[in-house]
Amino acid sequence: MSAPDQPPVPDGPPPMQVQGQEQAQGQKQAQPPAQAGPEAAPAPETAPDDPLAALLSGYAPFEGVPDELMDETGTVRPVWRDFLNRLAGLDAEELDLACARGSQYLRDAGVFFRHYGPDSHEERDWPLSHLPLLIDAAEWQQIAAGLVERADLLEQVMADLYGSGQLVADGLLPPELLAGNPEWLRPMVGVAPRSGHYLHMLAFDIGRGPEGQWWVLGDRAQAPSGAGFALETRMATARSFPALMADSNVARLAGFFRGFRDALLALRAEEDSRVAILTPGPMNDTYFEHAYIARYLGFLLVQGEDLVVRDGRLMVHTVGGLRPISVLWRRLDAEWLDPLELREDSQIGTAGLLSALRSGGLTMVNAPGSGVLETRALMAFIPAIARHLLGRDLALPNIATWWCGSAEAQDYVRENAGRMTIDRALSTSLPFDHSPEVVIAGKRPDGSDYDPGMLSREGGRLAAQQIVSLSTAPALSEGRLVARPASLRVVLTRTAQGWQVMPGGFARIGQSGTSADVSMQRGGSVCDVWVVGGPQAPDDTLLAATTGERMSLPQLAALPTRAADNLFWLGRYSDRVEQKIRLQRAYHLRLAEYGRADMPLVEMLAEYLASMGVEAARPLPEGLTADLDAAMGSAGRIRDRFSTDGWNALTDLKRTADNLAPRLKPGDDAARALSVLLRKISGFSGLVHENMYHATGWRFLSLGRAIERAWATSGMLATFADPAAPLGAYEIAIETGDAVMTHRMRFSATFTRETVLDLLLLDENYPRSVLAQLDDILTHLDWLEKLTHDLSRKPTPIRRAVMKLQTELATARPEEISPERLSQIAATCADLSGLLAETYLR
Amino acid sequence: MLYSIRLRISYDYDAPADVGRHLLRVLPASIPGVQEVRSARLTCRPLAAEQGDRRDFFGNICTEVAYRDPLEATEFEMLAEVERFEGGPGLDVSPPTERLARQIAELPSLAGEAPQGYLPPSPRVPHVPEIADWAKAAVAGAESTFARVLALTRALHRDMAFDATATMVDTPLDEAFALRRGVCQDFTHIQICALRSLGIPAGYVSGFLRTLPPEGQERLEGADAMHAWVRAWCGKDMGWVEVDPTNDMLAGTDHVVIARGRDYFDVAPVKGSMRLAGGQRTSQGVDMVAV
Repeated sequence: MSAPDQPPVPDGPPPMQVQGQEQAQGQKQAQPPAQAGPEAAPAPETAPDDPLAALLSGYAPFEGVPDELMDETGTVRPVWRDFLNRLAGLDAEELDLACARGSQYLRDAGVFFRHYGPDSHEERDWPLSHLPLLIDAAEWQQIAAGLVERADLLEQVMADLYGSGQLVADGLLPPELLAGNPEWLRPMVGVAPRSGHYLHMLAFDIGRGPEGQWWVLGDRAQAPSGAGFALETRMATARSFPALMADSNVARLAGFFRGFRDALLALRAEEDSRVAILTPGPMNDTYFEHAYIARYLGFLLVQGEDLVVRDGRLMVHTVGGLRPISVLWRRLDAEWLDPLELREDSQIGTAGLLSALRSGGLTMVNAPGSGVLETRALMAFIPAIARHLLGRDLALPNIATWWCGSAEAQDYVRENAGRMTIDRALSTSLPFDHSPEVVIAGKRPDGSDYDPGMLSREGGRLAAQQIVSLSTAPALSEGRLVARPASLRVVLTRTAQGWQVMPGGFARIGQSGTSADVSMQRGGSVCDVWVVGGPQAPDDTLLAATTGERMSLPQLAALPTRAADNLFWLGRYSDRVEQKIRLQRAYHLRLAEYGRADMPLVEMLAEYLASMGVEAARPLPEGLTADLDAAMGSAGRIRDRFSTDGWNALTDLKRTADNLAPRLKPGDDAARALSVLLRKISGFSGLVHENMYHATGWRFLSLGRAIERAWATSGMLATFADPAAPLGAYEIAIETGDAVMTHRMRFSATFTRETVLDLLLLDENYPRSVLAQLDDILTHLDWLEKLTHDLSRKPTPIRRAVMKLQTELATARPEEISPERLSQIAATCADLSGLLAETYLR
Repeated sequence: MLYSIRLRISYDYDAPADVGRHLLRVLPASIPGVQEVRSARLTCRPLAAEQGDRRDFFGNICTEVAYRDPLEATEFEMLAEVERFEGGPGLDVSPPTERLARQIAELPSLAGEAPQGYLPPSPRVPHVPEIADWAKAAVAGAESTFARVLALTRALHRDMAFDATATMVDTPLDEAFALRRGVCQDFTHIQICALRSLGIPAGYVSGFLRTLPPEGQERLEGADAMHAWVRAWCGKDMGWVEVDPTNDMLAGTDHVVIARGRDYFDVAPVKGSMRLAGGQRTSQGVDMVAV
C-alpha cells in the first residue's frame, strides 16, 4: 500500500528530481559532482587561523539561486552571525562529538524511517543533517501568515468540492480534474463535517526561488506526516548543540503540540469518548511517527481491525469492552478507510467508517477525500480561485502549473517545454517525485527527446510545472560547511482560534552539490529549522503542561485488544526465549563437561529441546532466534506503549545474538555466549518489570510471562523431575529454574525429587515457582475484573481454572505429585492462554 | 406494465462467519418517466442488529445492515411491486461526436447524473485499447451518437457469446473481451468501455428482467438472476438512453431499474465485510412476473 506522504519508490528507473536551472539547461553536465557547485561567490580570503574562515572555506553557493547563509556579496546574513561564530569556536573534535550526540539520541529514541525498496522494507536511521537551518522570526511571520491564508483557501475549496460544486459550475475548475480523480470520493459528497471544518492539519513543502520569494511546492492534505519527525529532529539537534540552542532564542515547538492536542480533545462528542490515531500499521514507512505522536500526546494508537461501528458510532475494542471514539486522526490514505464504500480489497480499514461520519458523531482529521487537494493540476487553478474567493492573490503562491486540458495551455507548454516538467495531471506526488513517463526540460527519463504531440494526444491527462531551483542552505561535511539545496516542510494545525503554524519544522537537504535533489527516499537528509529572534520563548514542555489528574478506571481500561494481545505475547515470547536459553546453556555446559553427546543426560536434554523445536547441537539454533524475532515482532507493533529503553534492550539482544551466531562453537564457547544473552534478556525483563507503569498493558505483559512460565516449568518438571530420569536431571531442573542458590539455602546440597518439586512447583515464596505464577495471575485478574466486570458476576473461566490449580498446589505435598500429574498441570497452564483471550481479547 | 418482483440472495458458510456489515443495493427507486415503485421491502434473515436505508451519490437506495454474532447462513429477500412505464428514446436527435463534446463541456457539473462523471475510467472499467479499436470499427458509418450506441449494442451481441461459465463476478473486462464470452455484466462493462473510448458518457444499470416472456416469445438471457445493461448520454436533447447489449435491444418495459452508476463497483447488490474460517456458497434467485 502507499504511504501517506512518500509513496514507495517504484521498481524500474529511479524517480527523477527537481533540477537546478543550470542543469536543466544542460550547462552543467560537464561539472564533476565532486566539486560542489559553481564558484559564484567564493568565501572571502582570510587568515588561515581564523576559525570562522576555516569553517566557511570552500563554501560555494550555487549560481542563480539565493543562499540562506550568505547574501550575493558572500557576506554571512545577520541571522546566522552569532550562531556561526559560536559554531566556529568548536574544534574538530567537539564538532564531531556534537554530531555524534545528535545521532546517538535518534538511535536511542529508536527513530527510524522505513525505506521502501524493490527488495526490502528495512528500517533506516532518520537521516539527520546536524546543522539547523536558521530563519529570522520576522521573515517566518510572513511565511506563516501566507500559509494560514493558503490553508483557509484550501478549506474553502474542500468545502466546495464536497458541497455545492460551485467552483466547477462557475468554470473555475474543469470537471475533468475531479470526474476521474481517485481522490475525489463520491461517497463523501454532501457529508458535512461535524466540527464545521474538513481540514484540521495540513503540511506544505515550500522552497525559496531565484528571486528570494518563497513558493509552495506541494500541498499535503491527505494525512500529512512530519510533525513527529520535526519534534525528534529538534530533540536530536538540541542534543548536538545544547548551549547554542539555549542562547539562540529558538522558538519552541511544545506549545504548538499542546495547542493541537487540546484542539483535538475539544472536538470530542462526549467527555467519555476518546481521540485515536489510526495507523496502517508497523509496515508503514512513517509508523514510527504514528507511535511517537500517540505516546507524546497521550492518544490511543489504533488500526482498522481495532475499530467497529455500532449504531452509527465508532468504537474501539478494548480489554474493557467497546469504547467510543469521536475524533479519529487518520494516518491512513482515505481509499483504504472503509471496504464497504471505498476500496473493497482493503484489509486495514473499518467497515462502516463512512457511515459513522455521516451519523455525525465522529470528526476525522482530515475528512476523507482531502487527498484531492494534493492533485498536481489543481495548482494551475488555485491562483484564479484565490482571486475569485478572496479577491486577491495569495501571499504565498504555488509554483507555476499548467493543466494541459485546453489548446492554449498545450501551446504554451509546447513552446516552453525546456523550462518545465510534464507529468500526470492527477498525480498527488510532490514535485520531486515523478512517474516513469515524466518529461523534464523536454527530455524523457532515458534522455531522449519527448514527442510534443503527446500534449494534444493526452491533453487533460497531463500537467506541466515550472522547473524549480531551490535556494541552498549550509550542511556539515567533514567539518566544513557546504551549500546544499533545501526545502521546508511546515505543519499547520487548526485550533479554536484558527490555524497555528509550527514554528520551524524540518528541512530536506539535498545530497548533491550540483542538483536540487531533496527526496529523502533517495538519500537526502533532514535538518531542524530554527526560527530565531522572535519574542522570548517561555521554557515549556508538553509534560509540564499536563494536569495532575489521575487516569480514571475507564481510561485505564481503554487498552485496545490488539495492543493487549501483543503485550501478552511479548511477555510469553520473551520468557520462552529465556527458558530456551537456560536449557540450551545446560546442554552445552554438559557437553563441555563430558566432552561427548552420547551420554544419557545430554541426550535427554537434546530430546527435550527438540520437543521445543530447538536443535541443541547448534549453539544458537533457529528454534530459539525465531522466538526472539516473534518477541521483537510483538514489541514492534506496540511501540507507542513501550519504553525506548525496553525496545533498545531487545534490539541489543537481537544484535548480539546475530553477531554471535555464526562464530560459536558447541560446548563451553556456546555456553558462555548463552550466558551473555541470558544477562541481556534479564536486563530486558528487569527494565519492563521494574520501570513500566503497572497499568493494564503491563498486566497483560505480566500475564503472558506468568502463563508461559507456569506452563514451561511444570512441563520441564514432568520430564526432569521424573524418578526414572538419568542421574543429574534434578540438578538440571534446579539450574533451569535458576534456583541453585535457593535450593542450597533451603535444603542440603543433595537434590531429591521432593526438594526440586517443593521449590519449583509449590513454594509460593520462590518467584519462579509454578505456584507463584498462579498467585501472580490471580492478582492481575483482580485488576482486570475491577476494570471490566461487576463483582457480583460469577468468576470468569480463567479465574476458575487458575483458582482450582492454585488451591491444589497451595495444599499439596511434593510426594503427592506424580510425573503424570505434572504433565496434566502443564496442559492446564497451556489452556490458560485461550481462557484469557476468551474473556479479554476478543 | 406492473410487475411483482422477488429477489433472494443467500449465503451459506461452512463455519460460523463473522459477517459484520453489508451494504446492499437491491431496492428499486421511483424514477420519473421510467418506473414507479408501489411497494418495496427488504427482509434480512436472521434479523439484523442494524438496518437502515439512505440514498447514495447516484441517487440509488442503499441499505446498510450489520450483524453482531457469527452466523451460519444469511438471506436477503426483496419484494417489490413496480410499474414500468411505456416509452422509449423516440426520434434520434442526438448530435455527432464533435458536437457531443461541446454539449458535455457546456454542462460543468459533477452531480450524479451529469455526463462529465461518466467519461473517465472508473474502478471496474479501465481504458482498454483493444476494446477502443474494436469500437472504432464497429461504429463505422454511424454518424449520430445514438446511432453509434445502437451500432455498438448490435456489434457486441454479434461478437460476444452469452456464457454463464466463462467469467466470474470479478473477471476483468479485458479478459472477458479477449474470450468474447461472458454474462450481462461483461457485456455491459465492455460496451461502457467502448462508448467512453468514443467520447460518449456511459454508465451501468443493474436491475431485473421480466422472467416469463409473453406467449409465443423467447425467454430473454439473464432473467433468472439480476440483470445489467448500459446507459449512454446522447446529448442534451435525448439525454440518457438505456440499451441492453446482452439481448441487443433498447431497455424497455421488460427492464426494471435498481441502481445506476459508473460501473459495477457503484451498484454491486451486496458489498460486505466478513471473516470466514471456511468456504461459502451463495445463490441468487429472481422472479419477475407481470400482474
